[in-house]
Amino acid sequence: MTLIKNHIFCTEDLCAYYGDFMAIKHVTVKIPEKKVTAVMGPSGCGKTTFIRCLNRLHELTPGAKITGKIYLRDQDILKMDPIVVRRKVGMVFQRPNPFPTMTIYENVLAGYKLLGIRLPKKEANRIVEDALKKAALWDEVKDVLHRRGTFLSGGQQQRLCIARALAVKPEVLLMDEPTSALDPKATLQIENLIVELKRTVTIIIVTHNMPQAGRISDYTAFFYLGELIEFGPTAEVFTNPKDPRTEEYLTGKFS
Amino acid sequence: MKNSYPARENWRRLKNKIILGIITLLALIPTLPLFLILFQLLHKGLSSLSIDFFLHLPAPPGEPGGGIANAICGTLIIVGLATLIGVPISIMAGIYLSEYGKESKLAHAVRISADVLQGVPSIVIGIVAYAWVVRPMGHFSALSGSVALALMMIPVVVRTTEEVLKLVPDILREASLALGIPYWRTVLKVVLPTGMVGVTTGILIAIARIAGETAPLLFTAFGNQFMTLNPIEPMNALPLVIFNYATSPYEDWWQQAWGASIVLVFMVLALNILSRILARRIAGEK
Repeated sequence: MTLIKNHIFCTEDLCAYYGDFMAIKHVTVKIPEKKVTAVMGPSGCGKTTFIRCLNRLHELTPGAKITGKIYLRDQDILKMDPIVVRRKVGMVFQRPNPFPTMTIYENVLAGYKLLGIRLPKKEANRIVEDALKKAALWDEVKDVLHRRGTFLSGGQQQRLCIARALAVKPEVLLMDEPTSALDPKATLQIENLIVELKRTVTIIIVTHNMPQAGRISDYTAFFYLGELIEFGPTAEVFTNPKDPRTEEYLTGKFS
Repeated sequence: MKNSYPARENWRRLKNKIILGIITLLALIPTLPLFLILFQLLHKGLSSLSIDFFLHLPAPPGEPGGGIANAICGTLIIVGLATLIGVPISIMAGIYLSEYGKESKLAHAVRISADVLQGVPSIVIGIVAYAWVVRPMGHFSALSGSVALALMMIPVVVRTTEEVLKLVPDILREASLALGIPYWRTVLKVVLPTGMVGVTTGILIAIARIAGETAPLLFTAFGNQFMTLNPIEPMNALPLVIFNYATSPYEDWWQQAWGASIVLVFMVLALNILSRILARRIAGEK
């Protein structure tokens, strides 16, 4: 296995529960910085639960619990205030979810506005433009910034959500099947965007789509029934899997 | 295929039509009273409506003319004050039920209390407001009437607020929380604004319900022949005018009771239509 020099996340014996059900079993992994890591595996294997541990959204589910350690750089996030963790670890969801009561402009600034932070107009404009440019949405919406975000197409809404997450300058961006609700063209735009974004931010993306993982990810983590059974550079995992279960999944024996 | 029983088939079709006719007729019956009421009101009361009726104070018994300006103002003040008292409490309770209490024992207790409170007869609410507000203050007042009406309003608004907030999709709460926004801010700045149109609809329906209540006002606001804008004095209200005039021995007061009824019914009707429009707007957004 290739040596990872810089890692941003490091979990030690991470277990996650829903009540008595153990959804994530003893996961120990290091996630490399400023790379795209794909989290793959069959349905119900704990992919989404895993990334929801990383921004502590998992614990919002009633009866949910996390044990073990999750280090963000050298801080154990399970001992931090979840609000601070979530400012550093942003998230994009499966279905686009812009705030329906806000304009495009307000949606991008939601991370500030909802906290009650008042930005000087110049700075606010700069943050909005910057985030929308990073999310490759600026050219399409720069003239309609004060319309509701929900008027945009699904793909545009998803990029708006990416801009909203980027606006608070997170170190990590978690993406939970961000293209599964989108058409092929919008999917391609988001994939290109992800490759572009890894220069500034670490991306951890849950995906069901193997070709997509092959196209955009540098590393792949393969989960099976809550266990992490394989982790490594995507090219290696895809061409030469060590675990027979990974190979079976990749060749379509189960899904 | 040849039909061997044409007569029986025709009889079935006829039966079908007869039943459909009966059901349609029965369905129309519930709408009938509304139109009869409106007809009766306009028939009896339209003649007493005039600009003076809206702008003048009641005339002393025996003198012709006079209006209900003080009752219109009074209803607006009493209902407005009841809304100011009831709505903040109700919205906070609704938020508690939908966002915090959920399935907890306390939340269930609050829900049951609200449902029971909604079933308390309005005359009882009036007596309670008398004991709680009128007795300690030593005199009748608009404020005590508002307290009684607020008590009637609270359960309606609590439950609609809860139902509306529950309809706000969880992905919006998660979107906000994932940005590092504390839960209470998420509730106040994302969940509540998203459900605001629905909450407003609930408030309007509740206002429409209490605006016509008479019993809670009988021993609280009491009524007043003069104009007053001071909520700690006895105040007139449209339902009180209707009650007092209709039970008086003077014929021209009966006439004015019909006029006041028209004003009250159309106020309530307008509120209902407004809430319908808002409700349709929510349906359209989805």
